[in-house]
Amino acid sequence: MTSSIVIDSVTKHFTMRHARSIKEMSVRALRGQTLSEKFKALDDVSLTINQGETVALMGLNGSGKSTLLKLISGVMQPDAGSVLVRGRIAGLIDVGAGLHPELTGRENVHLNGAILGMSRAEIERKFDAIVEFSGVERFLDDQVKFYSSGMFMRLGFSIAAHTEPDVFLIDEVLAVGDPPFREKCLDRIRELRGEGRTMVIVAHDIQMLTGLCDRGITMRQGKVLFDGPAAEAGKLVRQDRQARRAAARAGQGGQAGQSGQSGQSGPPGQANGMAHKA
Amino acid sequence: MTTTLMSPDDTLRPPGADGGLRQAARRRYLLRLLVRRELRARYKGSLLGLGWSYVRPAVHFSVYFYVIGVFLGMDRQVENFPVYLFSGMVLVNLFTETLHSTTRSVTGNAPLVRKVFLPRELFPIASLLVSLVHFLPSMLILLGAAIVKGWRPSPESLGAAVFGFAIIVMLGLGLGLLCAAINVFFRDLEQVVDISMIVVTWSVPMIYPWTHVRTHAPGWVEDLYLANPLVSAVSLFQRAFWFPGTGKTFAFPPNLYAHATASLVFAILVFVAGRVAFARMQKRFAQEL
Repeated sequence: MTSSIVIDSVTKHFTMRHARSIKEMSVRALRGQTLSEKFKALDDVSLTINQGETVALMGLNGSGKSTLLKLISGVMQPDAGSVLVRGRIAGLIDVGAGLHPELTGRENVHLNGAILGMSRAEIERKFDAIVEFSGVERFLDDQVKFYSSGMFMRLGFSIAAHTEPDVFLIDEVLAVGDPPFREKCLDRIRELRGEGRTMVIVAHDIQMLTGLCDRGITMRQGKVLFDGPAAEAGKLVRQDRQARRAAARAGQGGQAGQSGQSGQSGPPGQANGMAHKA
Repeated sequence: MTTTLMSPDDTLRPPGADGGLRQAARRRYLLRLLVRRELRARYKGSLLGLGWSYVRPAVHFSVYFYVIGVFLGMDRQVENFPVYLFSGMVLVNLFTETLHSTTRSVTGNAPLVRKVFLPRELFPIASLLVSLVHFLPSMLILLGAAIVKGWRPSPESLGAAVFGFAIIVMLGLGLGLLCAAINVFFRDLEQVVDISMIVVTWSVPMIYPWTHVRTHAPGWVEDLYLANPLVSAVSLFQRAFWFPGTGKTFAFPPNLYAHATASLVFAILVFVAGRVAFARMQKRFAQEL
């Protein structure tokens, strides 16, 4: 078995800045509040994913799944440890990212295809397949800003799904689209899997993940909690969810006064999510 | 569906390591599409489209020409003032626009930088190319005006033009890379850059001849003034397109070519520094944006 992704004791910190401007900084300093907070998004994570494996990355919000995916894709660099990947990587990480609202669907297929690493010849060869898969033929020469959100996502997914990378990263994109299109996406992922490509999938739909993946990795607070059969990993996430819900219910009881504070520091998970969106 | 799985000699590599300026320059097709996107987005829904890139310099030119040239009498001090003014202006506009747009190039593409790994140098380069697209029509107008005033191409004037152009592009891209990277961490830089551009417009001999500095300022100010690489570049452009059409009585700054060579060397150093700084800082772009 050749390894496709090797992650060796990777740690990643994020710094959350509470204040950006001098005014905010001085106000916070006068109040004796901290200006920034550092937290660990990933804590000594080691993983090896072999070629052809389909791996589900599971965990609650902010457990470090997306950060890990970003490190694999090369968008971010680890603070410590190393990430090594074999072959061409492509990601379905927020499919809309490369689509420009002012351009037409046709132009976006070219632009987004090139962004995802396709050559001109490759895009032209796959153009019809991409368009047919997305089902937006009729609106191909309209600006993408007039598309419905479903059409937008379908086009984005379709372009990314035709890039033929060696390593395919999928983050939370399967939640979009209507059920028929979703089924089509899953079929396409199964097809890519059948071609022996390595896949790492992040999603919250545990049932779908267990059906799609052989191996599941559960993450909790930046650490790998479990690495094994997908069904087992899914069970652990369900437990985590219930625990969080229970904690939230208990917290609502008598801690109304503390809610402001917990909003600021929060569990590391939430802080992580905020840092991404900030 | 064709299956092109990895070749056996593919080794494990750190992702995101194959960035850098060279990689960015290699992705020509993507660069072309990015430039097209930028132009398309800038003139979205406008009737005139790219025609606006003629209007802006035309208005700029008219204002300077009437206020400085006619009202303040520069027209009588500098022979053939319109061509003098315009040959400096095309270059200064190229520089200011390059710096303005490269500074915003990475922050303006934040969703892409955060989600997809691309050589991040692509964005400043695309901005530079867009500025060059806007530079082209102005350059054609300048050529037309110079020809009307009796300019004919000669090796010396073409050499001076290329020289001046090279200084501006090198300096613009170098500073642009630097500013684009720093702007990710400190958004204040956008404002600083825009304000500095006002200074740039007035600190080159574009609206007035450089001799005014010699007459009105102490010697060390003059030395400082002439050390500015933009002054050399603008003088070279005037030497190329304005000077041949005049009575050739105008004296350019002393040692123009020596100054220009030093300026080009300086511009190349800035470019190298900008490239290195950008390559180091880009590792933290995704988490800062």
